[in-house]
Formats: sequence, C-alpha cells, structure tokens
Amino acid sequence: MEPITAPIIDFTSLAPVLVLSVFAMMVLLVDLFIGRNKSVLVFISLVGLLCAAVSAFAKGTEIPVSSFNGAYIVDRLSIFFTMIFCMSSALAILLAVEYNKREGIRVGEYYSLILFCTVGMIVLASATDLIMIFLGIEIVSICLYVLAGIRRTDPKSNEAALKYFLLGAFATGFLLYGMTLLYGTTGSVKLATIAQLLNSGEVLAQPLMLLGVVLLVIGFGFKVAAVPFHMWAPDVYQGAPTPVTAFMAVGPKAAAFAAFYRLFAEGIPELAPTWQMTLSIVAVFSMFFGNLGAIMQTNIKRLLAFSSVSHVGYILIAVIAKDTLGSASLMFYMLSYAFMIFGIFGIIIILGRKGHENLELEHYSGLGFKHPLLALCMTMFMLSLGGMPPLAGFVAKFYIFQAALNEGFLWLVIIAVLNSAISFYYYLKVIVFMYMKEPIGEFKISLTPITLFVVAVGIIGTLELGIFPGPIIFLAQY
Amino acid sequence: MELLIFYPLAAFTVLLALGVVFNNSPIGSAVSLIAMMLGLSGIFIVLHAHFLAVLQIIIYAGAIMVLFMFVIMLLNLKGDDKAWKIRERNLYLSIMTGVMVLLALYKMIDKVLDTTFGEGADVPDTFGTTVAVGTSLFTEYVLPFEIASILLLAAMVGAVVLAKTKVD
Amino acid sequence: MLEQYLGVAILMAISCAIAIGMVTATTLLGPKRSFPDKDEPFECGESQIVSPYQRFSVKFYLVAVLFILFDIEAVFLFPWAVLYQRLGWFGLIEMIVFLLILGVGLMYVWVRGGLDWE
Repeated sequence: MEPITAPIIDFTSLAPVLVLSVFAMMVLLVDLFIGRNKSVLVFISLVGLLCAAVSAFAKGTEIPVSSFNGAYIVDRLSIFFTMIFCMSSALAILLAVEYNKREGIRVGEYYSLILFCTVGMIVLASATDLIMIFLGIEIVSICLYVLAGIRRTDPKSNEAALKYFLLGAFATGFLLYGMTLLYGTTGSVKLATIAQLLNSGEVLAQPLMLLGVVLLVIGFGFKVAAVPFHMWAPDVYQGAPTPVTAFMAVGPKAAAFAAFYRLFAEGIPELAPTWQMTLSIVAVFSMFFGNLGAIMQTNIKRLLAFSSVSHVGYILIAVIAKDTLGSASLMFYMLSYAFMIFGIFGIIIILGRKGHENLELEHYSGLGFKHPLLALCMTMFMLSLGGMPPLAGFVAKFYIFQAALNEGFLWLVIIAVLNSAISFYYYLKVIVFMYMKEPIGEFKISLTPITLFVVAVGIIGTLELGIFPGPIIFLAQY
Repeated sequence: MELLIFYPLAAFTVLLALGVVFNNSPIGSAVSLIAMMLGLSGIFIVLHAHFLAVLQIIIYAGAIMVLFMFVIMLLNLKGDDKAWKIRERNLYLSIMTGVMVLLALYKMIDKVLDTTFGEGADVPDTFGTTVAVGTSLFTEYVLPFEIASILLLAAMVGAVVLAKTKVD
Repeated sequence: MLEQYLGVAILMAISCAIAIGMVTATTLLGPKRSFPDKDEPFECGESQIVSPYQRFSVKFYLVAVLFILFDIEAVFLFPWAVLYQRLGWFGLIEMIVFLLILGVGLMYVWVRGGLDWE
C-alpha cells in the first residue's frame, strides 16, 4: 500500500474564505450563549468582514495566482469582487441592526447566514472549476432562501422564501445539467482545460456542448433574474425583509455575474458567437420587460425589482463584451450599483415605522417639503440609477457601452440607451411624487443613526464614482 | 453483454420515472421514485461507478425519500391531489411552451445525430471504486470537499431557523 | 467486470426467493380457519380502520432534514475510512477540519434545541 502524496494547499490564496468562515462560525456559536441583545454579533460580523477584505490582498502583487489544480484563482476580478461583497454584506448588516429591532426580528442567525453567504460569494468569484462554481452558487442560494423567509410570522416573507426556493432549486437543476454536459463533452471540470480543448478543436459532440451552454444560460439567468427567467424577482423582493432585499439585489447578484463572466469569457470563449447571440437576446428582453414592468408598479420594492431586472440587461452587455474592458466595466457597474441600491433601501427603511413599512409610492408624496434632505438623496439615487451625469450610474453605463462598442455591438448599445431613456419615466415618477404631490397623512419616520450612516455611504459612493471615477477604473482595469 | 444489462435497466428506470409523473397519488409517486433511484444505481454500476451506486441508494433511496414522505404527510393532500386544476390561461401557455421545447429538442437531436461520437475510453475496473473516488476527493478535490462542509453547515442553520417551532 | 457482481446477483435472487417462498408457503400450507375475532389485526387498542392521511407535525421534517445532512456527512467518511492508512497525516487533518466544521453545526443544532422534541 503505497502512501498517497499530500496535495499542495495554498492558504494565502484562500485567506478571505478561511477568515470569513471562522468568523461566521464564531457568530453562530456566540449567538447561542448571549441574550436578546445582538449588538455583539454585529460587531463580530463587521470585524470579520473587515479582516476578510484585508486578507484578500494576502497574495500581494503576484497576481494572478491559480491554486488547487486550477480550481481557485486570485486575480483582479476576484479581489475586486471580494471587496464589493465585504462592503455590501457590511452594509446589509448595518441596515438590519435597527430594522430588525423595529420589526421584532430577533434572530441572531441573520448575521451568520449573511457571513456564510459572503463566503459562498467569494468562492463563486474566485472559482475556476465547475464544481467550485456549483458549490458557491449553492451556498449563496441556500443562505438567501432562509434569509428571505427569516420573518417567519409574515406570510409575505414565507411566500418569498418558498417561491425563491422552488424556482431557485429548479434553476440549479438546469445549471447542473449544463455543467454535466460540458464535463461530458470535454472530460474536465477546469475552465482552463475546457478552454484549451475547445481551442485545439478536440471537443467531440459539439451540439451536446451547445446544449450544455444553453442550459447554463438558463441556470445563470434564473440566478441573476434575467428575462425570461425573472418571474420570481418581484415577489421575492417584495416579500423579503427590506435589508435582505437590498443585500439580494447587490451581493449575490454580483457574485453570480462574476461566475457568469468567468465561465463564459474564460471557459468557453471559443463558442462566443453562439452565446453572445443568445445573451444579447436575453439582455434586450431584460431591459425592455424590466423597464415596462417597472412603469406599472406602485410598490417601491416591486418597482426596484423590475428596475434591477432591467439593470441585469445592461450588465449582461458587459459579459457579452467579454474582453478586459468587459470585466472592468462589470466590476465598476456592480460597485456603483451597490452604493445606489443600499442608499435607496436605507431611505426606504427610514420612511417606515413599526408595522407600517410605507412601501407604496403615494407614501412618498410630499417628502420633498417635509424632509428635503432625504428627498434630495432619493432623487440623486433615482437619477443615478437612470444614468444621469455626473452620478455613478452614468459612468458605469458609459463604461459598459464603451466595452460593447469595442467588440462591435453597436445595435445593443443603441437599444440600451433607448431603454435608459424609458427608465427615466419611472425613476422620475418617484421624484414627482416626492416634490409635486401633497402629503397623505403625517410622516412618522424613524431617523436612526446607523441607517442614516448607510444612506450617507451610498450618497458619498454615488457622487465619488460619478465625479472622480478615475482611481476605481484604474483599479478595475490594471 | 453490458448493453444487454443496460437497456432493460434503462427502460425500467424511464418507465418508473414516467410513473412518478403520472401517478395519481403523491405516495405512489414517491414509491415509484424510490424504485427509479434503484434503477439509476444499477445504471451507475454498469458505468463502473460502484461507489456512486451505493451512495445513490444510501442518500437518495434512503434519506431523501424519507424526507419526501414526511413532506407528503405534512402537506396531507386529501383528495385535492386527484386532479390537477388547470387554469385556461395557463393551459394555452403550457401548450405553447411544450411545443417550443419539443421543437428545440427536435433541433438538438437532429444536430446530435450528425455528430460522430468517439469510441468510449477504456475504463479500468477500479475506476469508480471507493478507493479511486477517495483518492481524488482527498487530493485533487480537497477544496470542494471542505467547502461542501460549509454548505452543509449553512443548510443545517437554515433548517433550524425555518423549521424550529419556537425561535425567540 | 460484471462477473464480479455474480455474487451480488445470486444473493439478491436468494433473498427474493426466500421472501416469496415464505409467503407462498404460508398461504399454501397454513391452516385456514377464520372467524371474525381472528381476522382483526389487533384485539384491543385503537380502532384499526382510520384514514392513512394523518397530518404529521412539522417536527418530523426538521428531524428528517438533519438526518439527511448528517447522512451526507457520514458518506464522506467511507472513502476516508478505506484510505486512511495511505492518506496519512494530511488525510486525517482534512477529515478533522471537515468534522470540526460540522461539529460546529451539531453544537448549534443541539444548543438551539433542534434535537429536542418539544
């Protein structure tokens, strides 16, 4: 019986995952032994996220580094996305502190689940292996199913969790089937090997592989909520507790896009003509249906859900563009989107109070007179989402369009610009409500410091990325 | 020789899978599913994946089916399960979707039929044994193995959060 | 390679034969004197004819889910147990890390009361 040689384990590459897993378990266990006051959990979680963010740079300047037989990579994309994840999870935790207290959600697992979810997201952004991508997606999804339904006494929350779970599990099936076909035709789960085999034309049974690619598009389409796989998004966004909705719209979506990009642009670039066409159609549909759906909504969370569907359309263009600029614009877009979304949801939380979440658009009427500063922030976020210069949304869109133009997708850019114009209709509708309608009833808002802090972070980020995008673009590109 | 075993097994499995779909009572469906899992595990054996075949029985036919049964008992569908209520609007949509899927499948099969498949690689007898699986699990795939434990942990937390009757 | 399974096939055939044989043998050989009291499965206790559709408590569900999770965990132990001599120290460490992570889960479930029936 000859011994088996030990595999090489690269701990420095894995540092953020290790750190965050340890902290997540710590939060889980500490929660068991403390009383009803969960502030210490918040503190541990935030420290953990900070440590994870710092440890993402453990590799120093020697990136990109591939480890674990090509299953895990530390490169520009993964580090940048790890930063986005840590930030968005931290903001989601901060948003939840006062919200949970107000709405009586006394579940300490909230924090550990967000940390576990972040572990999954980091794995997803760094995975270059189909198995790792699958595991990452599963960790993220399972945490999200639970988080969506964490308000157990609220039927809406239950509905959100159940819908998300059923459709998500179904989508996972598609994803797994797609991966199986990819593996079956190439005999490898490593993206690098698959790309190499495709490049040298050694892949037998190409049609089967194409079927696999189509199934992958369906699976990822569900996870990022692209049309026609977006049906779950409005209900889930509406039913989930507001901080979870904000989290869901940013972190996990960014993670899914990171894996999406890696799989398609790095794993199967040879098949680009085929999947670029498919994704273009999905992107165009997402933009149109997202915007048209949003126009008809009266509930702010549903409106934002449809708006996020249309944003998925824009972001897909970055995946389609696939070269360096494509990945850089993807990173920049997700970062600016994170600031905008957390800012908006912060304001939504402030406007609600115990038992009355005030989610209808008419509850916003007259906000401009009563609380001009809040209304101003909301206006800026809305304009930024629409893509108004000089705010972050504009630069992000501009950047994506540039990437698409470089690859010769002029028609896609034209459609996207048209859609941005349409989207202003409903973003402006919110602003019209705030400034041009009489208030219905009194505003009883919950101005709480931590939530205000999140809004401030959102505003600063939106302005900074809009006015001085240079440094971040530099980080994203080089 | 292997094909002689494979085809009856595959036919048996497909038939039982159809049984799952067309059975009128949920319990009947679940029992068909168990039998189908057994068929699948037989197919794994024909494919030299012995360890997987055993797992299929332990995990699917054993543990997961128990969960299915509990859920069926929990939902306690009485009589409502006899006929699926189909809404008219959905009926047209379903037919449309079905036709589209069939067309797509036809196109796919049409294309696949033209492709030449290589001769299957010769698989050594030890290909799917516990030893072989373990060796790659603990060396090449050690990272997915450890990450899987995080996944299980997250699932455990989720199950307790959602299903524990008194969380306070 | 399929010859290896000959033993398994024979075993299955014999066990099926015994099961079927027992049932046939009792029906053929057993005395058949029936009267109402004997036909009852139990002579006392609960009423025997009830609907099988009893609603189960959600508690069963939690037990079943936890069972699956720990079952999957146990499955990972099989290949390690077969290989542990050849894997040496690193295999042991890998397994300890794996079990520690799930041990945290077990501790959580335990303290949280997931294993209590009430």
